[in-house]
Parts: sequence; C-alpha cells; structure tokens
Amino acid sequence: MDNDKKAYIHSVETGGTVDGPGIRYVIFFQMCPLRCKFCHNPDTWQLQPDKIKTEEELFNEIMKYKDFFALSNGGVTVSGGEPLLQAKFILNLFKKLKKENIHTAADTCGYIEVDEIIKELFAYTDLFLLDIKHLDSPKHLELTGKDNKKVLKFLQALKEHNKKTWIRQVLLPEWTMDESYINHLINYLKDYKNIIEKIELLPYHEMGKEKWTKLGLKYTLTTKPPKKEALFDIKTMFEKNGFDVLLSV
Amino acid sequence: MQNTLEKLSTPWETFTPGNWMENIDVVDFIQKNYTPYEGSDEFLTGTTKRTERIWTKVKDLMTQEHANNGLLDADTSTPSGIDAFDAGYIDKDDELIVGLQTDAPLKRAIMPYGGYRMVESSCHAYGLEEDEKVKEIFTKYRKTHNEGVFQAYTPEIRACRKSGIITGLPDAYGRGRIIGDYRRVALYGIDRLIEDKQKQKSSTDHMNMTSDIIREREELSEQILALEAMKRMAQSYGYDISKPASNFREAVQWTYFGYLAAIKDQNGAAMSLGRVSTFLDIYSERDIKLGLLTESQAQEIMDDFVIKLRMVRFLRTPEYNELFSGDPVWVTESIGGMGTDGRTLVTKNCYRMLHSLTNLGPAPEPNMTVLWSKNMPENFKKFCSKLSISTSSIQYENDDLMRPLFGDDYGIACCVSPMIIGKEMQFFGARANLAKALLYSINGGIDEKSFAKVAEGFEPITSEYLDYNEVIQKFDAMMDWLAKTYVNALNIIHFMHDKYYYEKAQLALMDKDVVRKLGCGIAGFSVTVDSLSAIKYAKVKPVRNEHGIAVDFEIEGDFPKFGNNDDRVDSIATSLIEKFMKKIEQLPTYREAIPTQSILTITSNVVYGKKTGNTPDGRKAGIPFAPGANPLHGRDECGALASLCSVAKLPFKYAKDGISNTFSIIPSSLGKTEENRIDNLKGMIDGYMSKHGQHINVNVLDRETLKDAMEHPEKYPQLTIRVSGYAVNFIKLTRAQQEDVISRTFHDKF
Repeated sequence: MDNDKKAYIHSVETGGTVDGPGIRYVIFFQMCPLRCKFCHNPDTWQLQPDKIKTEEELFNEIMKYKDFFALSNGGVTVSGGEPLLQAKFILNLFKKLKKENIHTAADTCGYIEVDEIIKELFAYTDLFLLDIKHLDSPKHLELTGKDNKKVLKFLQALKEHNKKTWIRQVLLPEWTMDESYINHLINYLKDYKNIIEKIELLPYHEMGKEKWTKLGLKYTLTTKPPKKEALFDIKTMFEKNGFDVLLSV
Repeated sequence: MQNTLEKLSTPWETFTPGNWMENIDVVDFIQKNYTPYEGSDEFLTGTTKRTERIWTKVKDLMTQEHANNGLLDADTSTPSGIDAFDAGYIDKDDELIVGLQTDAPLKRAIMPYGGYRMVESSCHAYGLEEDEKVKEIFTKYRKTHNEGVFQAYTPEIRACRKSGIITGLPDAYGRGRIIGDYRRVALYGIDRLIEDKQKQKSSTDHMNMTSDIIREREELSEQILALEAMKRMAQSYGYDISKPASNFREAVQWTYFGYLAAIKDQNGAAMSLGRVSTFLDIYSERDIKLGLLTESQAQEIMDDFVIKLRMVRFLRTPEYNELFSGDPVWVTESIGGMGTDGRTLVTKNCYRMLHSLTNLGPAPEPNMTVLWSKNMPENFKKFCSKLSISTSSIQYENDDLMRPLFGDDYGIACCVSPMIIGKEMQFFGARANLAKALLYSINGGIDEKSFAKVAEGFEPITSEYLDYNEVIQKFDAMMDWLAKTYVNALNIIHFMHDKYYYEKAQLALMDKDVVRKLGCGIAGFSVTVDSLSAIKYAKVKPVRNEHGIAVDFEIEGDFPKFGNNDDRVDSIATSLIEKFMKKIEQLPTYREAIPTQSILTITSNVVYGKKTGNTPDGRKAGIPFAPGANPLHGRDECGALASLCSVAKLPFKYAKDGISNTFSIIPSSLGKTEENRIDNLKGMIDGYMSKHGQHINVNVLDRETLKDAMEHPEKYPQLTIRVSGYAVNFIKLTRAQQEDVISRTFHDKF
C-alpha cells in the first residue's frame, strides 16, 4: 500500500468532544504497539486490511464539518489505536488541514521513534495528547507489554520542539493512584511545565470490557473503577503544583 | 405593587409613538419601544415565597391528577366557552396572574363543537357520566364539525383513514395551529379591537353579497361576539380589559386573558402562545425605570404566568393520546431571534421566560422555542445551552432561515410551523404515510396488513428483485394518488371546521385578511428514504404470500443509510421532499390556502409504525418509524455531526411548515467540564443552523435515567424530554412510547 496516501482506519467520529478542545472530527487509526490491560478500543489492535481510506476521501469528509470546528474552537484529532504508526499519512493530511486553518491534534501513547517524519509532523500538529500509561518502566511493561523508554523520549522531543501538550493519565486503582505515584509523576512533569497546557485525568472505566469478550480476548484486569473522592484528591494535588487539570466524573 | 397610572396619565405615555397608535400594528410598537439585551443571566432572581406556595399547590394537584389516571376533575354538563364558567382560582388572594379554563384548577371542560364523539369517548375512558341534556343538544339539534366531515368524506378517504396511510386528521377534534395575537389585548384593550372589527365589517356594507363576503361578515360578527365575551370573562375576575394595560402585570394579565379565551373556546391540537416575551419586556422595562417594579417582582409575575400556562388541560381520548402522547397542548412561545434591522430581539424578559425552567423546574409547557440566529448575543446562546443541558426542555428553530420569509414577528405554532403573528394561520393537516405508499406501489394499491384494495387502478410489481427505476416510477404515480386523496380530505375537514367550529376568539385577534396555509405532512420519512436506498444500492427481493402480495423483503448486500452525511442516500431524501411537495402544490385547496408541508410526526411515529408492514429497508412490521425527519434508530453510525448534517440538507424551501429533528446526547459526550459542554452544545446548534437545519430538539440525558424513571416514576415527577417538536413529562408517556424514546439513537461516544 502507498502509505502516503492511504491509511488503515478503524472508524471515525464526527462529533467528538473528549479528545481535545471543542467539537472534533476524530479519526481512529488501526494498529497499536501496546497492549494495555485497560484498553477500551482493543478492536483497533488487529489489522483489518480491507478498511482503508484515502487521504483525499478523508480530507473531503472532514471539510464537511469545517463550520462546526470554527464555531466551537474544535478541529481534527487523530487517535486509535496508535495513529503515529501511520505518521506519513497523517503528515500529508495535517499539511492540507493547516492550509485550511483547521486545528490539529494527535492522541498518542508516545511509543514511537522520533524520526524525521515525526519531527516534520510536529510542525503541523497544534496539540499532542500524550498518554502516560505508567511512569515506572517495569510497571509500564506489565501494564502495556512494553517499557516506557520511548514514551519518555517522545515527551522529551515534544519539549525540544516546544509542542503544546495535554498529558493524559488513566487513574487506575492499585496502579496509578497512590499518593507516592502521583507525587512522582508531578515531580517528573515539572520539567515539562512550559509545554504542558493541561493534565487530563481519565478515571478508569470498564466500558471496554465487552469489546474484549466480543473479540475472544481475555480481560485480565480485575481492578474496579475508582471512587469519586479519590479522584478529586488527585486533581487537587496537581492543581497545588500549578497544573491545569481536566477531570470529568 | 403601585399602579403605573399614578405616575402616568395614560397607559401609552412614555411610549415612542408610531403607526401602532393609528392602526393595529403590534410589530411597529415593539420595534419602536423595545430594549435589546446583550448582557448575561446575572440579573435573574430566584423564586419568591409566594411563588413557591402557589407552585407547591399546583404540583400537588398535578400529582393527584397523575395518580388519578391523568384526570383530576371534569365538568361534563357545561360546554366550554369564553365566558361559560365562573372565575376559578388556585388561591385567590395569592395569585398575581389569574384565570383558569374552568372554575377550578385542572378541571377539564367538554368542547362538543368539534364532535360529540370526542366527548362521549372521553367520558367513557375516564368513567365520567355523560350529561343527557348536552348529549341531546349535540346529537339532535346542533351539528358538529365531525358530522359535517363524515358526510362529505369519499369512500376512498375513509379507506385511507382505516388503513392508516393517512392518520391523525383533525376530523374529530379542534385543528389548532392558529395563534391569536394575544398581545393586542394588552396594547389596545378590547374596545379598540371591537371598533376595528366593526369597521372591517362595515367596509363591505355596500358590496355585492357574494358567498365570500357573506362568510366574512358572519365571521367578523362572531369575532365581535368573542371580544365582548372576553370582556365579560375578565370582568368575572375583577378586571376591566376594555382599555389598554397600563403596567407590566396588567400587560401579562391582559395577554393571558386573550390566550385564556382561546383555550376556553377551542381544544385545538396545538394552542400556541406566539411571541410575547419581548413585547412584555417593554412594560417591565418601563415599570422598572419608573421605580414601580423590581427585578424580583418582574420574575415573580412571569413565573406566575408560566404556572398558568403549565395548567392548560383538555379532555381528550386515549386514542388521541396514542397519537399525541403525554397531554401536550403546545403552548409554544417563540423567544429571541433577530430583528430585520439587525438588532437582537433578545430582551431581559426572554431570559425571565426561560428562567422559569430553573425557578419552577423543567416542564413540557410552555413549549419553549428559541429562534436561533448566528448573530444572537453570545451570552444568550450560552444561557440557552446551559438550560438545555440542565432541563432538556428547549427546542431551537433557525431564525436566519425563517426571518427572510416571515419577517421578525413570526411565531412557531405547535412544533415547527412558522407563521406571522396576527397575519397568518394554518389549516393543520396531520400527515401522509409515505412508507406505506411505497408498499402500495409495490403491491398495486393493496394494503400489506389488511390485504384490502385501498388505491384503485394500480398494477403490482411482479419481478423477482425490485428494480429501482420501476419502483420510482410506480411510487411516483402512487404519490400522485395519495396527494390528491390527502388534500381532498383536508379540504373537506377545513371547510367543515370553519363552518361548525370557527376559531372566533383567535381570529378576533388577527387581521381581517389572514393568509391561510395548508399544512400537509409526511410520516415515515427516513424509512422510505432508506428503503429506496436499499432498492438502489443493494438487492431487494420481495417475499410474496400466496396472493402475490409482498409481505417481507430479503436484502442482499449493504446500502447507505440516511443520517451518515452520505450524499448517495441524502440526495434521495431531498428529492423525495421536493417531489411530494410539488404534487401537493398542484392541487386546489379550500379557501385558496397556500400548501406547505412538514416532516414532523409528533409521537405518532409509534402508531404509524404499528400500522405499517415490513419495509424494504429491513425494518420489521410494527416497529416505530423514526420521529420527524430523524434517521432511523441506530442507523446514524458516524456520530452526532454526520446525523445533524444529513437532516440539515433537507430543503426548507419544500417543507416550509418545518423539518423536525430530535437530538439526544448523553452529558459526557458533550465535553468534560460544564463550561466545555455549554460551549460545545452551542457550537453544535450554531453549526447545525449554519448548515440550514430548521429545527432541533435537544435532550441531554442518560439512557439509565430514563430506564430508572420507567420503573420509579414517582422519583421523576418533572423529568422532561423533548420528542418530535414538543416536550413531555416522561412519566406521562405510554410504555410503548417510553421504550421508543429509549431505543432511539443517543450520541454516546466516549
């Protein structure tokens, strides 16, 4: 396949409001390098080679909603799966979108080599939504199947290129919610404060579970979703350190 | 509260003069005197102790009413009329705005002029005793609208009614969809209006007495009698409305008396209020400036007015309730919008009207309708968006689409029907079932459920697979037949309605030469469109019974479905509307009414679905249609914007009576914070309107809440949800309708 002009797309959502600011056209790309235990889109993991969209097709689709973006300060978000596995395609698409003055965002797990294409993509991406699955590498490995070295390097690259970033952290009891972990994360992120616009806390939910079963996959995570009070405590911890926090419960 | 006349020598002093003083011209008065408001909602005040007292009393009565099978009390021996009942109160000494339809709150009256059968079956349904004298009068001596209609109906029309290809016709009840300009009572007082009507009548004194002139003279006489009755009615409450209102409270009271006369005279399907908020604002602004009124008092008066509007009741039958569920009366109030001169028509009183949803809690009535313009103040848009999120009680209609055609003093009757206040009215025409018509074209006019021959002179399709071109050709001919039969029925209905149940109270508050529209309508819209798409893009094989009648369909392959912003099918949708409208346009109409059509079902989509067999899109027999112009449940798979854009493509030009879209979204799909949600909903409405969508109902609700309300209605007395063009108390819907609402698409991506 000519990867510049075609991409493996899982699905699109025309009225997204939870992946970046305003009303957004969200493109869910297929394939992901990680296998997060809490993933709510496991149906994007496996390549379905017949679900392909061309750049032109997608661009024309997106343009139908331009008014909505302008009226809500929204735009386009690439998500997935891991969209940056198909970075060349996204680069071409974003170049065209920027010509139309459309806001672009990439929702990524950061498990991506920062090569020349990614560096070029930085110039056409207004906002990165970077998922920190876990700050401790062994835990990251246990939770996702890969360690986090690449992710942290990616964050470093965002800083070097001065890219506006929202850090996303899934709040998963027993894994990412105890005080010491949060303090550790806050301290780590302090170095990146100038690029971090928001910390987005995503309370773990079990709504993806059903999809696992449908796909014949075994959902091994037994952790229950967190209690509300604990979420607000964590929000306060970030806010005390001068971060703007987005949390919806 | 002090009286304004202590400070002013006449009710009109301080108002900017204009043509409105010489002629009945409310728009001129508004334009010369109103104060646009661009500020925020910060000025609004909460309820007063008095408001809480009254509202608690009314809520208690409503709870009793609900517990008592939906009826608190009824007077079956007094045919309703403008001054047929003595004054009635909730609490005489505690009310600011007075007036009830009968002599007690929520007590319903009979209105036999539409048809005695309606009285008979509602008495039967609620276990009430019929009054023998009334029965004798209306079955022996006084002919009703309903009798007249059935005398004139053709066998074909009767067959269509029976099969359900045409349903919901106002042939046994009041047609409604007429808005009196109730503001005239406040601005001019009744005496001036009578004088005007007398002049109108005497203008033909020396003309040749043709049937048109004779009818006009008779109607004007009826109108004058109605105006005199209004004065007597107000007098029974201790008010003299022969002269103009002189302060804010009187202006609200006088306006309400006008409306009250209408709902005592008619049990029309939709008894809409018009566009009163900004008009009334002129009075509140003046009183506040003169130091005679505080903000809290102004809100209190509006809240009391809204309480009255929430209490409008008609005695109706269970069959009626199946069509128009939840006891709606469509006290539609059109709010906001822009003036043709570029100033916004949003005023503080628009805020107050909407704020009653917060002060008194959500409610289906009055049917709050915001006329949305991209140029409206941002503050007001945000305020509306916030209220939609918290109450799901508002509908939005595109002012930028309608203002060029209707000017800046139109109002919405019922759900989506625009008309110029005081100058235009509608002959309500319910709707024709196009999905059934499509089946008739496949089966040569034989009904797929009863197997009766309903349309004569058509050959069925006999091929193994349906051929798109053949279907289109046959469907086109079937629509010709349907349009003719349908318009014939409507002409008969409205001829008889004028004759036997003339709306004297409402017409008394309108101009002499009222423009009449014939409001036709389509049901089964998205089912028909998807069926045609299936036939065009997939292979559809009819399954025929032993008589060769197609009773089911096998679909091979996929096809594009309406609601995904896909032009392949959306173009079928737009051309269907145009085609049917052009057929209706060619037919002669009673009183030269201008034909229009709507894509609106109200809740009748459930009944229509029940009456329609399997359709070529794969919908099974009996399954409800989508409401209005909505995509069929669950078929809009590309998210909220795609769904909105498909509906926005439907040409208002060919559906000037409105295109209804009911949009439901769960709160978390609107954004992560309250501020985000308000902005995003505002953006969605703005975007939909910029794409020329005409109407949108907005529900922001979780499905779980509705499910819980089905099981525990007592926990949700005020839970309100927008359905096609109006709002209902969710717990008042029938179980089938509740299930239908829950099964509809809720945009819920996370």
